[in-house]
Amino acid sequence: MQAKLRVRRFDPESGDGVHYQSYVLEVPDYATVLDILLQIREELDDSLALRCSCCSAICGSCAMRINGQARLACKTKARDLAADGEEILVEPVGNMGVIKDLVADMDSFWQKARAVEPWLQPDGPPPEREYLVPHEVMRALTDVVACIMCGACVSDCTVLETELGLGKPPDQTFLGPAALAKAYRYVGDPRDAADANRLAALSRLEGIWDCTRCNFCVEVCPKGVAPMDQILALRRKAIERGYDEYLGARHTLEFEKTVRESSWL
Amino acid sequence: MLSHDVLVIGAGLAGMRAALEARRKGVDVAVLTKVHPVRSHSTQAQGGINAALGEDDSWEKHAFDTVKGSDYLGDQDSIEIFCREAPGDIIELEHMGTVFSRREDGRIAQRPFGGAAFPRTCYIADITGQVLLHVLYEQLLQAGVRVYEEWFATSLIMEDGACRGALAMEIRSGQLQAFGAKVVIMATGGLGRVYEPSTNSLISTGDGQALAYRAGAGLMDMEFVQFHPTALRNGILVTEGARGEGAYLLNSKGERFMEKYAPKMMELASRDVVSRAEQTEIDEGRGVDGFILLDLRHLGREKILERLPQIHELALDIAGVDAIDEPIPIRPAMHYAMGGIKTDVHGASLLPGLYAAGECACVTVHGANRLGGNSLLETVVFGRRTGAAAAEYVDRVSPANVSEALVSHEGDRIKTILERPDGRDSVARIRMEMGQTMNQYVGMFRTEEGLQTAAAKLAELKERYKQVGVQDKSRVFNTSLLFHLELGNMLDLAEAIALAASHRRESRGAQFRRDFPQRDDEVWLKHIVIRYAPEGPGLDYSPVSITRWQPERRVY
Repeated sequence: MQAKLRVRRFDPESGDGVHYQSYVLEVPDYATVLDILLQIREELDDSLALRCSCCSAICGSCAMRINGQARLACKTKARDLAADGEEILVEPVGNMGVIKDLVADMDSFWQKARAVEPWLQPDGPPPEREYLVPHEVMRALTDVVACIMCGACVSDCTVLETELGLGKPPDQTFLGPAALAKAYRYVGDPRDAADANRLAALSRLEGIWDCTRCNFCVEVCPKGVAPMDQILALRRKAIERGYDEYLGARHTLEFEKTVRESSWL
Repeated sequence: MLSHDVLVIGAGLAGMRAALEARRKGVDVAVLTKVHPVRSHSTQAQGGINAALGEDDSWEKHAFDTVKGSDYLGDQDSIEIFCREAPGDIIELEHMGTVFSRREDGRIAQRPFGGAAFPRTCYIADITGQVLLHVLYEQLLQAGVRVYEEWFATSLIMEDGACRGALAMEIRSGQLQAFGAKVVIMATGGLGRVYEPSTNSLISTGDGQALAYRAGAGLMDMEFVQFHPTALRNGILVTEGARGEGAYLLNSKGERFMEKYAPKMMELASRDVVSRAEQTEIDEGRGVDGFILLDLRHLGREKILERLPQIHELALDIAGVDAIDEPIPIRPAMHYAMGGIKTDVHGASLLPGLYAAGECACVTVHGANRLGGNSLLETVVFGRRTGAAAAEYVDRVSPANVSEALVSHEGDRIKTILERPDGRDSVARIRMEMGQTMNQYVGMFRTEEGLQTAAAKLAELKERYKQVGVQDKSRVFNTSLLFHLELGNMLDLAEAIALAASHRRESRGAQFRRDFPQRDDEVWLKHIVIRYAPEGPGLDYSPVSITRWQPERRVY
């Protein structure tokens, strides 16, 4: 079939600024957007820069905006987006800087992931053998650790879009869905003993209460991690643990009180 | 010049485990990697990691299965260490936070895997590698290890025959930099992209093997290239865990044909046996459009979605098949290199100051054929041991004093590539021809004639490589330049593989010679070591360590 791609180009060395370039080429019916980008590189233009590696939706390298929505290029079939040969728009992920073409600057993304201290903090030395934990709990956590840190959720997060749009420095913006899902992965882990500290830290500004529940992160996540659901789980745990003096928590509790007392919202 | 005690090149499981261990020993360690650590190929390992944890299992049984799987070519001293230390490493990974799937009683669950007499493969659904990779990355963050992300190592720095660091390019800026180090640990993973197709990531281009080889370290067991029995159309992997959970392999007549080839172990015979059986069925006209069918249907929806969710999703995405209702068309594809940089059980290569661990190394626990679940294990057991040994080595050497002239010399080499006119030939074309040549003539079935054809073709490609340029002349994130350098690495390795395959005139494990179909222990119970020389590679032998299991006929 014929594929038409319109790709956002940017090369900091050229001085040309951002522009869009269109490519038309014959591709196999089953081609993914990544297949097509690689074919462009091989046949037409090897200067088109992108990250990719596994081609099987597990390494997280090739998140980009395709027709305006963050997706993994290797998991997106061209045919599904352009059954009648429509042009497909390909741009780098949003809410991050761009190094070149489709290669995003993910520094702030990794800094935020690091900020939630994503490592197990148990209470005391470990047992001699493995920790005994129920299969069901591990299974539920497996759905969260399935996050491949591709950045799709951060790309399309509307809170970040607003904050960055208002000129907030990236390191002072919302921690974002990926980092918070990562945080839940440890708060929800029965082997971790630091949830009090974690929940206190996450309840502050730029944390769990900044999410506006637009659900975009859930929609664009290619691995079904549902980051917003993990953020809501963190909120419930934070309130349960008594971290309720923060604006978002007080807001939530007031709503609950009003509904209880008057049946009205 | 930047300088560290230990420089680890590669940030997959082996590299990160080595770095963590060296750090624990109190030395200054840095990791340099061409992709962000969590993008490493380890993430693609699906099925699991082996260790004799079960009450009725033992490390000796694990070791015997590994020896037999290796077709008696694995070094038994390495294998004993490997299997004896395995349970400790699994428990440690669990203590780090790995969410291993569990049994009813809360202990780590284990599933059956090919070539294993006991269910000893620990797993996290079918995303075992991904989960382990993220856990180790997070451990590295906690330990505060410096990571040079998206840096590409272009060559090793050698001084008086010892390795004293590496030259590398920052991909983001195109800037070259010398890294002085008292010791370098190579942990760059596999070389799968030498073949086309391959189940390996696009980044698995054997960079570390090639750099070490050119610096003078020997490559061992290079002829042993594993073909995985179950890959989708484009080489995307379907885990052995699928067969471990009970899936069948069917030919066009609907027969479980493994009955003919491995009546006892059936679908769970070792990978070399199953892949050859599949290809034989296809070649004899009992394939389905060139594929074999992997049938999961009888496992039922619930088990498929719980234990094999990623496979279910990949089959849907790539083959357009819902494995709950239909069998998945699969065929063998290049998957793993048993060979690599020759090391001892501490990860030391033949060169002072150069260590290696993981798939790029050859220690050799896999011999002529690796068992599923043993590669992840190798990364952690020998990653840990290598990190510890490298940290000790640091105390014995003085700091490197690397000449800055090396940087400008390497810069000139790269400039030459960028300045070449962009002609009719291309890196992509050479790469494709190399991959297809290797697949056709240095694949599952080999003959002297075919191997000579491959050698001649590779020589032609190497000549063409010397002339080929790239269109992209930029410095910032020039992936075309990277592909060019990677291709140079792969061509050297392809040549070494074809040479070793032609030299070994017998069939053993993954090496099957139609012209020499029998195993020949009298002549060939030994390793081939290849040493680089500018005029062409030289061959050497290394004995096989046999501690307690004498070679026997291998039947599954």
